[in-house]
Amino acid sequence: MNQRITIDPITRLEGHGRIEIFLDDAGEVVSAYFQVPELRGFESFCVGRQAEEMPNITNRICGVCPEAHHIAAAKALDELFGAPCLPAAARIRELIYSAFFVTDHTTHFYCLGGPDFIVGPDAPKEERNILGVIRKVGLDAGKAVIACRARNHELIKKLGGRGVHLCGALPGGWSMAVTPEIAREAREIARQNIEFAQFSLETFHRIVLGNEAYRDLVLGDLYAHQTYSMGTVDAHNAPNFYDGTIRVVDPAGNEFVRYRPQEYLDHVAEHVEPWSYVKFPYLKNIGWKGFVDGPESGVYQATPLARLNVADRMATPRAQAEFERFFDAFGCRGNGPGGRNRPVHHRLATHWARLIELLSAAERMQELADHPELCDPEVRQAVSCRAGVGIGSVEAPRGTLTHHFTCDERGILTSVNLLVGTTNNNAPIGMSIAKAAKGLIHKGVVSDGILNRVEMAFRLYDPCCSCATHAIGTAPLEVTVRRSGDGTILDRISRGL
Amino acid sequence: MPTLKPKLAMYWAASCGGCEIALANINEALLEVDAYFDFMFCPCLLDTKRADIEALPDGAIFLTLFNGALRTEENLEMAELLRRKSQLFVAFGACAASGGIPALANQHGIGHVLETVFRSSASVDNAAGPIPGGSSPVPGGELELPAFLQRVLAVHEAVTVDYTMPGCPPEPEQIVAVIRHVASGNPLPENGTLLGCTARAVCDQCGREKRGSLAARLARPFEAVPEAGWCLAEQGFPCIGTATHGGCGALCPAVAMPCTGCYGALDRNADPGAAALSALAAVVDPGESGGKAEADIHARLRSALAGVADPLGTFYRYNLAATVVADRSPEVEP
Ligand code: SF4
Ligand code: SF4
Repeated sequence: MNQRITIDPITRLEGHGRIEIFLDDAGEVVSAYFQVPELRGFESFCVGRQAEEMPNITNRICGVCPEAHHIAAAKALDELFGAPCLPAAARIRELIYSAFFVTDHTTHFYCLGGPDFIVGPDAPKEERNILGVIRKVGLDAGKAVIACRARNHELIKKLGGRGVHLCGALPGGWSMAVTPEIAREAREIARQNIEFAQFSLETFHRIVLGNEAYRDLVLGDLYAHQTYSMGTVDAHNAPNFYDGTIRVVDPAGNEFVRYRPQEYLDHVAEHVEPWSYVKFPYLKNIGWKGFVDGPESGVYQATPLARLNVADRMATPRAQAEFERFFDAFGCRGNGPGGRNRPVHHRLATHWARLIELLSAAERMQELADHPELCDPEVRQAVSCRAGVGIGSVEAPRGTLTHHFTCDERGILTSVNLLVGTTNNNAPIGMSIAKAAKGLIHKGVVSDGILNRVEMAFRLYDPCCSCATHAIGTAPLEVTVRRSGDGTILDRISRGL
Repeated sequence: MPTLKPKLAMYWAASCGGCEIALANINEALLEVDAYFDFMFCPCLLDTKRADIEALPDGAIFLTLFNGALRTEENLEMAELLRRKSQLFVAFGACAASGGIPALANQHGIGHVLETVFRSSASVDNAAGPIPGGSSPVPGGELELPAFLQRVLAVHEAVTVDYTMPGCPPEPEQIVAVIRHVASGNPLPENGTLLGCTARAVCDQCGREKRGSLAARLARPFEAVPEAGWCLAEQGFPCIGTATHGGCGALCPAVAMPCTGCYGALDRNADPGAAALSALAAVVDPGESGGKAEADIHARLRSALAGVADPLGTFYRYNLAATVVADRSPEVEP
């Protein structure tokens, strides 16, 4: 059987995320797996580097979210060098970070995950892309999407030096102060971002929630999973992408634990499976019980949906209104333990949660751009290195991101651990795929529409395999359906996300 | 509908996706790409499969932009396949050109990568467990993972490359200029030419003033706050702009950060790290013994290096694939 797989010229594939689905003789799903066949190994080759270079080296983990790695690394350096970040520099970092959240969530909603809804899950696959979205919502909206990406990227380049792999982070600070002109531009960009976020939410309400079939899909059981949720919150339990403490709630909505990022090793561990180059994080105090749901299983998710589940409120007013509307729609508002919201377990709701985050990031950007001290020239300080440990964490769009460095007295790294956004969701992604496959594929019938609905289970996590494996770009996907036993290929689809 | 437009492909091997984002960041100019080319293969954005490429006659693709280094056997196969199918094959970005950041793994070798990631990293719970790879029996069947190459290769180490476009990633303006040139039908430069960069150093585009003074010693970027408007290297920061191809517009020095050399070594015949090292050695004050005797030169290099705690990561940051410095053949693998 293996022989057959290895000689088949199309089984050794492009650098893809892979879904493998096995069917029994009756054509029912026996099992399904999500595999990532790539690894670059930053944890290994960052050892021996000068610690201060980590923001500039780890941003090459992912060209889609270099800002997340750059800034998580910068925060780890603040601690490693014992140099708390200067206030204006922290504002610059967070301003960049908010602009980044806006562009990243925009890209996902309009180009990657959203087409399934906006164009429709069963639309022909040639239509399920950004061009199909533009046809459906209009050319003006298409232009607004491009303009949103462009203006935020431009701002990031001005503040961080480069459009893709920014280079401004230093221990305890930032390389350049913000000029009053740039602050003015940032204010205008934030205003446009808020409008754009509101427009996107209206589109979602109209096209997705206004359509009974999609509504059923979002509210139905096919994509539901009862796991723990993880996210970073501020002192008032509102989500914070840049800084805070990590809160985990159980499937019923009770706070399970709340910890400082520096304590992550007490709470999270990673399981290894021989068939994937990406590890499977789980809650250490519950343990790895396999790919299963429920309060007895250590599996958790860290996604936009998880961040709303762990929060008690949003930090900004417009996002707060949407937050309430969100939990109302699922009948979850205020009826969890102690008057908290009950967690929403319908994973397709992640797309909606992502848009609420888009709005919240845009509002936060406005607060930062308006801050009178944004242009304070004190952004950079001379510091010295010392032997020690530094742990920095941010909420990446795809989940809690932790950089953990130790170095010697010359500031040379002696160990590096990276627990990356998408990796948190590696087990949930596999579980969602398996559940969708089991629910959708019967008697061996697999259509493109069915496989697309299986892929939707994957795409809602906005998985970025560059991040997860520190390997390769946003994973296009290959789905293979095989007969259990001899491994014969029954069907296969492959496409970019 | 069959199109007569020349076919354009973009593929990623071991890379971060930043080269694709740089292409996407040409914004409206993407329409020009679409008008001139049949953009037919790009796993990041499009749906074409490897089998579709295999089915093409050799040379059917006019231009392939290949980014990423070669880390797995699958990466190598894709480079060979796309080379065969393409008239023009461009190593796009630092990883393809010279290994880029992923090639830093050549310092320790693949065994160290697997040990670190799956056995010894702080959060992993797998002291005696399996290291992933090969084929694994699972409920329902058998799952396969591709094998790693012993060392990370730059693309030209495996296949013939017609042109190289440096940068980590190449800047969008440069991408547009190259695409416009190709689309104009004007004659292409000689094979082997670097595209999308200038023949001069980063310094040439840098707004910082060179005052002709020498630094007392090299300093790390966190050790001091640089003076605005003055050459970073002359202030002792390890900016290797003098030894690096221009083309980016001196982006990093513009925000007061040293150039780390992502556009590649200016002198293609020199060892890139040695060239970067001597560029920095030249800005350090030789002190009393400014002589050219071997001992003086050594002393100067030592003092230049004193502010560089990690010479490998500083001088060979983006090019550890194509150099001899860190060739870990299987025999020396621990
Ligand atoms: S050495 Fe660096 S700072 Fe100095 S002129 Fe060259 S690029 Fe600019
Ligand atoms: S200044 Fe140097 S490191 Fe920065 S973008 Fe230009 S070539 Fe690359």
